[in-house]
Amino acid sequence: MIDFDYAVPTSLSEAVSLMGSNGGSARMLAGGTDLLIMMRAGRRLAKLVVDAKSVPELNELSLTDSGLNLGAATSCKRIWDDEPVVQAYPALNDSASIIGSVQIQGRASVGGNLCNAAPSADCTPTLIVHSGVCTIAGPNGTRQVPVEEFCTGPGTNVLQPGELLVNIKLPSAPTNSGAHYLRFTPRNEMDIAVAGSAAFVQLDESKQNFASARISLAAVAPTPLFAKAAGDLLVGKPVNEESIQQAAEAAKAVAKPITDMRGTVDQRIHLVGVLTARALRKAVERAREA
Amino acid sequence: MAKVIVNAVVNGEPVEFFCEPRQSLLEVIRDVLLLTGTKEGCNDGNCGACNVILDGVLVDSCCVLGVEAQGKTVETIEGLAGTDGDLHPLQRTFLDLTGLQCGICTPGFIVSAKALLESNPNPSEHEIRLGLSGNLCRCTGYDKIVLAVQEAGKMLTEAKR
Ligand SMILES: Cc1cc2nc3c(=O)[nH]c(=O)nc-3n(C[C@H](O)[C@H](O)[C@H](O)COP(=O)(O)OP(=O)(O)OC[C@H]3O[C@@H](n4cnc5c(N)ncnc54)[C@H](O)[C@@H]3O)c2cc1C
Ligand code: FES
Ligand code: FES
Repeated sequence: MIDFDYAVPTSLSEAVSLMGSNGGSARMLAGGTDLLIMMRAGRRLAKLVVDAKSVPELNELSLTDSGLNLGAATSCKRIWDDEPVVQAYPALNDSASIIGSVQIQGRASVGGNLCNAAPSADCTPTLIVHSGVCTIAGPNGTRQVPVEEFCTGPGTNVLQPGELLVNIKLPSAPTNSGAHYLRFTPRNEMDIAVAGSAAFVQLDESKQNFASARISLAAVAPTPLFAKAAGDLLVGKPVNEESIQQAAEAAKAVAKPITDMRGTVDQRIHLVGVLTARALRKAVERAREA
Repeated sequence: MAKVIVNAVVNGEPVEFFCEPRQSLLEVIRDVLLLTGTKEGCNDGNCGACNVILDGVLVDSCCVLGVEAQGKTVETIEGLAGTDGDLHPLQRTFLDLTGLQCGICTPGFIVSAKALLESNPNPSEHEIRLGLSGNLCRCTGYDKIVLAVQEAGKMLTEAKR
């Protein structure tokens, strides 16, 4: 790996000033499962690597009355080890427990997954359907960006030089709601999504009709994709297979996949339909159990 | 780049070493601490040959920087046997049940299996296969590894009774 300096800030203000130093060539290190591999391959360069794991705000994982405060550097393991969080946000656990292996999940963070901005990122669609909002800190203060607007292309995001992701806030899940994320991979583990789908649903009091729904897709566009129209069309519709199929068709209509070594355009569009229907069914099941 | 002084506890012993920020924990363990039981397979997080336990968390040491070990505990394969040379139950069962052939993957499998058994002392075959899915073996076909882990789990549970 090419030489770099390493710093371990212990406060957010120190982290922000380090990220702004070195003419914008500083990079944040969370779990390193993307960054270190890319740096070794020469695909990312940094003069300074800033470790996120000693900044309290970046490592917070707390359930409050208003929802979940998910520090950007929180590892997948900390999520699946935290029973109340798993109970409150099972779809987040769906995502956190399929990234790589146990070894990878011990280090890989949700914020790193989002910042790395891979179209196939497994956490991002879940954050989107839960209406997550990013807190970003930088030399000019802090700002908020909805998760669905954070990624701008493969490997790129809205962070300006010197800015860092502090946390992602998920509002508390409303009553009668449920969510699920799943993906398709040829191997059961240690594989990257050919396509993925996350669904969040809120049912009405009778639990027979959709009150609201959000759907987001992985690996079928240059960024993780918020399929807004597909979720919106479910509002007021009865919970049945016909409604679910309509939403799945609408999700297929917005998917813009490419053909690559993992799959073809046709296969991926087909998968979006199958996975979205499954994600919705499971989300409904969870909403009815809740 | 200037070398940095790092203080860590490796296999129960406090150690102080110099390393460059760009050196991975795997490089430090092998080339600086000269603990060559930990192996390099892929160097990109896919094979598990480099597995160690960092502050109680199983990691691929090729995906960790050596400087990140500052103030932390590191357990490598060398730390598993007792001070009197008594093998750990996993080391015993891998030998007795032939859970290895060429052996390059073995330290990683054993460290990974140790972490698995600590969180789940009596895993099913499926749980073992899932838990060890971050470890690759080109030789054995995995069946004997699974048996060895199951057997070691039983030995560890009985020893605790
Ligand atoms: C073997 C293997 C298997 C994998 N399998 C999967 C998989 O199944 N699904 C999947 O989605 N991904 C997978 N990945 C990719 C990776 O593990 C995930 O994307 C992970 O969530 C990245 O998190 P990290 O903490 O390791 O990020 P890092 O590598 O530390 O960081 C990733 C990027 O984000 C930046 N960054 C991190 N934190 C911040 C912050 N707070 N502010 C600003 N920038 C920041 C870094 O500078 C870097 O550019 C795999 C990787 C490996 C090596
Ligand atoms: S050498 Fe680290 S996972 Fe293969
Ligand atoms: S024994 Fe040879 S790779 Fe596993």
